[in-house]
Order: sequence, then structure tokens, then C-alpha cells
Amino acid sequence: MTSLAWLVPVALFLGALGLATFLWALRSNQFEDLDGAGWRALDDEKPLVKPSTDGASSAQRGTH
Amino acid sequence: MAQSLSSADLLEASAKSPALSAPRGAEPRFTTVLAVENMHCGNCMKKVEATLLLVPHVVAARTNLSNRRVSITTDVAPPTVETFTSALDAAGFKATALRSDPLRAAAGEDDSDYVRRLGVAGFAAANIMLLSVAVWSGHGGDMPASLQTLFHWLSALIALPAIAYAGQPFFSSARRALAARSLNMDVPISLGVTLATAMSLYQTVRGSEQVYFDAAITLLFFLLVGRTLDQVMRRRAKGAAENLLGLRTPVTSVLRADGSLERVATSVVAPGTRFIVAAGECIPLDATIIRGAASIDESLITGESLPRNVTAGDKLYSGTVALSGPLEAEATAAADDTLLADIARLMQTAEQARGRYVRLADRAARMYAPAVHILGAATFVGWMLAGQGWERALTAAIAVLIITCPCALALAVPVVQVVASSRLFRSGIILKAADGLERLAEIDTIVLDKTGTLTRGIPMLAAAPSVSDTVLARAAALGSSSRHPYAQAVVREASARGLVIAPIPDAAEVAGGGMRAEIDGNDVRLGSAKFCGVADADAEGSSLWLRDGSSAPVALRFEDRLRADAASVTAALRAKGYKLEILSGDRAAAVGEAADAVGITDWRGGLRPDEKLARLEALKKSGAHILMVGDGLNDAPALAAGHASLSPSTAVDVAQTAADAIFQGDKLAPVTVLLDVAKAARRSALQNFAIAIGYNAVFVPLAMAGVVTPLIAAIAMSASSIAVTANALRLGLAKGDRP
Repeated sequence: MTSLAWLVPVALFLGALGLATFLWALRSNQFEDLDGAGWRALDDEKPLVKPSTDGASSAQRGTH
Repeated sequence: MAQSLSSADLLEASAKSPALSAPRGAEPRFTTVLAVENMHCGNCMKKVEATLLLVPHVVAARTNLSNRRVSITTDVAPPTVETFTSALDAAGFKATALRSDPLRAAAGEDDSDYVRRLGVAGFAAANIMLLSVAVWSGHGGDMPASLQTLFHWLSALIALPAIAYAGQPFFSSARRALAARSLNMDVPISLGVTLATAMSLYQTVRGSEQVYFDAAITLLFFLLVGRTLDQVMRRRAKGAAENLLGLRTPVTSVLRADGSLERVATSVVAPGTRFIVAAGECIPLDATIIRGAASIDESLITGESLPRNVTAGDKLYSGTVALSGPLEAEATAAADDTLLADIARLMQTAEQARGRYVRLADRAARMYAPAVHILGAATFVGWMLAGQGWERALTAAIAVLIITCPCALALAVPVVQVVASSRLFRSGIILKAADGLERLAEIDTIVLDKTGTLTRGIPMLAAAPSVSDTVLARAAALGSSSRHPYAQAVVREASARGLVIAPIPDAAEVAGGGMRAEIDGNDVRLGSAKFCGVADADAEGSSLWLRDGSSAPVALRFEDRLRADAASVTAALRAKGYKLEILSGDRAAAVGEAADAVGITDWRGGLRPDEKLARLEALKKSGAHILMVGDGLNDAPALAAGHASLSPSTAVDVAQTAADAIFQGDKLAPVTVLLDVAKAARRSALQNFAIAIGYNAVFVPLAMAGVVTPLIAAIAMSASSIAVTANALRLGLAKGDRP
């Protein structure tokens, strides 16, 4: 029975950790686009990146 | 568009672009949100983002496939929206700006609020259940009473704050209802949860076994799932409506006395003001032409696809489009008095009538809420009369309230609606009104517009194979610089055949005539019979002539073709027992022809918007539930008046706003799909009510008899919720209805 003294707090802590993760995900808009995220996972290419921030008018694909 | 510096945006931007993760001080960031209509897959997303990144000053573009939007971040105040839309247009995407910044809309906040509460309730429910299972399995076994009490206290520790937080929406709604001296479903929910929690706390203090924390929080969890789904449904409907309401440019080029032009907001232009309309522009106000001649596309008002030729002295209607120009005109009415505004008003009045529709769940709730209270009170009184003491009586009453938890109402109907709307979305139908499905299920009569609904609404070259490539190429070369629908049809046909269309730079458009140009010393003309010097018997003028120098003129005939599956869809609908009717603003002869082709005997042509409305009202009086399918401005009041309404995605803004649902694509089949899904959804919702009633019939007597323990309550509640959800999900499994 003494094991309960630490098992219960551990269980509660893990649960709270899960809740905190969920709330964080919610806050950072992880659930914003569920349909699109499925497609993005299949995209092997590096994200599209602008070469510079000074408004240059060309975009390039990252190379592997 | 609002300036955006939210942390989420910055996070997103820096994640996308390493160059941006460098410290950048107070560098400004601006966000523009566009709706992209035809973005369907991962490749489209990539293409849209890549296209937008090529636009100067764009630092990040992030698409959202769920609501078909793209958020564009720029490092200078955003240039005109047209910069983005034209870039996307060139890449083959149809984009429109959104009227307001939807990310900041209150509805969005509300939505994540429910999800947050749902998360908390879920966490609490899982942990309390863990403790409860331990207590139940220890019952009558070796679990000491002190440990059982400790577990109850732990449950209370988790449950009390969780219930206080997660139950907030129900509590405040119940308070509002009581303040207004009425009952809604949230009253028994709040009562049940509050009583169960208070009673459990009392029992915990006393060290008793009858503790209902798990039931109370699980109840909240399931109810929140239902609420969240309902909210998702409403937001989806609202988002679809926002996407459709692209930004309009209500500006008029007013001609000042000194001959200068000034861009003025249309709403402040007074009657008598002179203004200029350039070719391709929308006529801002009802007006009379002072100078100039043009072809006017009045399809918005009359549904007629052929342009009307106008000249000085003729009337212009706001909302119509000048295909050629320029025109100088004098406004005859202020913006509020135009034909367009009249139609908008007709629409609003018609819409108010529909606002009185009561949703299925609400109708059920009206009967259910009092019944729950009476049962609970009867149980309490019954046990008191039996002399069992208030504790025993209250426990039994709480068990009744928990068992009768309206899961079927709170959970099952929203699940059905979300599943049904997702299935419609897959079939290319966007459901705009949250209660649209329920109204669609009651339809028995279908009223169709002709132009743009039964037909494609775009003229096509008739008997195309008989037209030679050389003739077509020449006609397309001339026609490519005209906005006339026939000229565009020629260009479409030519590009479909893969002909090279070399635009002729000095081609000139003669208003009311056609196009002419000098090619190798020959006078080449493309236009009306008169313009090309031919005596033509075709009085309706559904043809163009091409005259190349002195050679004999060639006729090109056009037709507005029926949608490919129009006849089979109408036949299928008739077979299902729907009554069909055509109401059109187009010429009677053209309507009759189309009606014959699809086998509809009830048809009327040449109707004005108010005549369409009157016919609909007459049908409604005779008890018909009408589905109105239409696309034009002239259909908008009728769309609003119908019991339910549907528009193609090519329809004008006003029609799309008025409609309950929008269908995409070239086929009419979505009409059948929509009605079938609506019927299936209704069946599914009614089955869920049956499941809930059946389950109550078994457990309520047990609860009233006082034999329902916390364990039975928890199992029964979860089982019923899972049963109704599973039943609703069956709706999404059906396949094979893609257009």
C-alpha cells in the first residue's frame, strides 16, 4: 500500500503533463489545419525559403 | 487588413524561413488573408505558397486546407489585394480577399475555448475514473475504508476545479435561461452536475460509498464533445459564408464639372451625378447613358446570357457589367434605391420568414427538459414519502438526472451534422447554414432556374466540328481582345483545339457591332450579322459572323448547353417523388426548350425577381417545401424564400450568400447527393433519439428505484454516448456519391 504514496502523485503528474501538452498544442495553433497537416507530412522537400528579407522577388526551393 | 504581430504568426514565420530567425527588432509584419476557392490537395497548397512567395515583399505564405485560406505575411503595408489575387490567378487559383480579418473573429476564440474546457474535462474524467475503478474493484474486497475515503478525496480534489471550469458554458447558459424565466437543456444539466458534485462532497466527508464525481465529470466531458462539434459546424458554415463574400470595390469614377475624374465611394454618390464606366467595369448605380455605346451583360438581373446593346438615353442597372465602353452616365438613384438594393431588401424580408425555423434538437429539448425535471422531482418526493430520509431521496433523484443526461440531444445531433457536412464537402458541396440539413430533409418540391443552373451559363460554340481551324483561329485572334461572351467562347474553343491565337494589336471594338481589324490590307470583322453586312434570319442573334476581306462571311452559332447530367438528374429526382419546376428570367422560348430537354412540364419564363418570389409564395401556400436552386441576382430573393436553397459556385455573390449550400463543378448531380445526405442525416438523428429513449426506458426506472450505483451510472452514460456517436459515424462510411 505504501507504493500508492508515490504512484498516485506520479499518475496525476503524467496526466497533468498530457493536459499541459494538449493546451500548449491548442495555443500554438497545431489544430488549425487538420486536413493540410496530413499533406504537409508527405512533403519531402525543405520548406520554401526566400533568399533574403529585403523583398527580393525570387523564391527558391531548398536542395537536398 | 489588421497588422499582426501575434506570437503565433512570428513563430510560424521564423519556422518557415531561417533567414527570419535572426533578431529583427521592431520590423513590421502585416498579414493578409485570402480565400482560395479551388485548393484541394497538398500540391495545390505548395503551389499557392510558392506563387505567393514570388510576389515582392511577401516574407511568408501559409495555406490552410481545412478552410481553404492562405495567410500572407508582408514586410511592408500590404499592396492592393489584386497583387496577390492576380498572381494566384495566373497560377490557376481563384482567390478573393476576406471582408474582415477572420483570425481575430470572436467565433474563433469561442471555438478554442470549448476545446480547452474539453481537454480539462477529459483529463479530469480519465484520472477520476482511474481512482473510481480502483475503488469499485476493491469493493467488498481487501480495500480498507480509509483508503477508499482517501481516493474519494483525491477525486474531489480533481473534480471540483475541473467541474467549475469545464461546466462554465452550461452554468452561464442555464443562469441566462432562468433569468429569462425559461427552461433550456442546460438547466437540468447544471442542476444534475451541481447536485451530484455537492452530494458527493457531502458523502465524501461522511466516508460513504455513494460518490458520483466520476459520473458528473464524464457527463460534462461528453456534453462538451457535443458542444464543440456543434461549434465546429457553425464555424465551418460561417467560414464558408465569409469565403464566398469576397471583397467588393464599391467605388465610382465621378466626373467633376471641370472634366476631372474622382474615385468616390458609391454609397455617397447622389442622383444626378455623372460618372464614367470603363469597359469591363461593374455599373455602380442605376443610371441613364449620356454619351457612348456599349454592350451590357445583364445576366445578373435578368438571367439572360446575351448582352444587351445600349446607347445614349438607355437605362443602366447597377450590378450589371459593361463589356465594352467607356460610358458616361448620369445616376438616377442613390445606392440605397437601386434595383440591386431592392433585390437585397426583398431577400432580407424573405430570409426573416426562414429565421423562425426551429431546429430538431431544440424542438426535442422543449419536451425533454420539463420531463427530466418532473422525473427527478417525482423520484425525490416518492422516496421522501416512502420515509427513506432526504439523503436516500436526493441520491436517487441525482441518479435520475445523470441517467437522463441528454446525450442524444447534446452529442448525437451535432455528430450527425458534422459527419454529414464532411461527407458533402468531399462531394464538392459546401454547407453554409448550420440548420440547412434539417430543412433540406423536408423538401418535396424543387424549383430550378435555367441559365447557370440547368445550363452551364456560359455560351459554347454550337456544331463546333463543322467550323474549320483557319476560320476559328482568325475569329479567336480577333475575339481575344473582347470581353463579349461569344468572343470568349470562340477563344475557348480555339485553345481547346490547340490553335495558336495571335492577338491583333490594332483590333478595335465597335459597340453594338463587333471587332474589326486590318489584316494584310483586308478589312476583317467579327460581329453581328449587320456589322458584317449579312441579312441574317436569326432574330435572337445567338450567332457571330466572321468576314475576312471580300470572301463570303461565315456564321458561328452559339448555345448555352445544359449541364451534361441535367436530364438524368432531373429524371432521378422525379423518380424519387420530387415535384420539379423551372422558373427563369430568360426568354420563354429558350426556357421551354430547356424544359423539354430535361422533361420538366412545369415551367415559366420571362419572370422578374418579384414574380419568381410570388410563384414561390403560392407554392408554399399550397403546402410545398421548396428547394430553390439558382445562381443569378434575380434568384436571390427566391433563394432566401425557399425552405432551403442551393447555388452553384459560379453564382453571383448575393445568390451564394442567400443559399444554404453551394455546389462546385460542372454537374447537377450534387442536388441529388445533397438531398440524399440530408435525408440520411435526418434518419440518423431520429435513430439516435430512439437509442436514447430506449436506453432511458431501461435505466430511468432503475434509477428511480434507487438501485443505480455510481458504477452503473458511469457505464450506462458512456455506453449510450458511444452508441449514438457510432450510429452517426455510419453516415460517413457510405461511399460512391462523388460527382
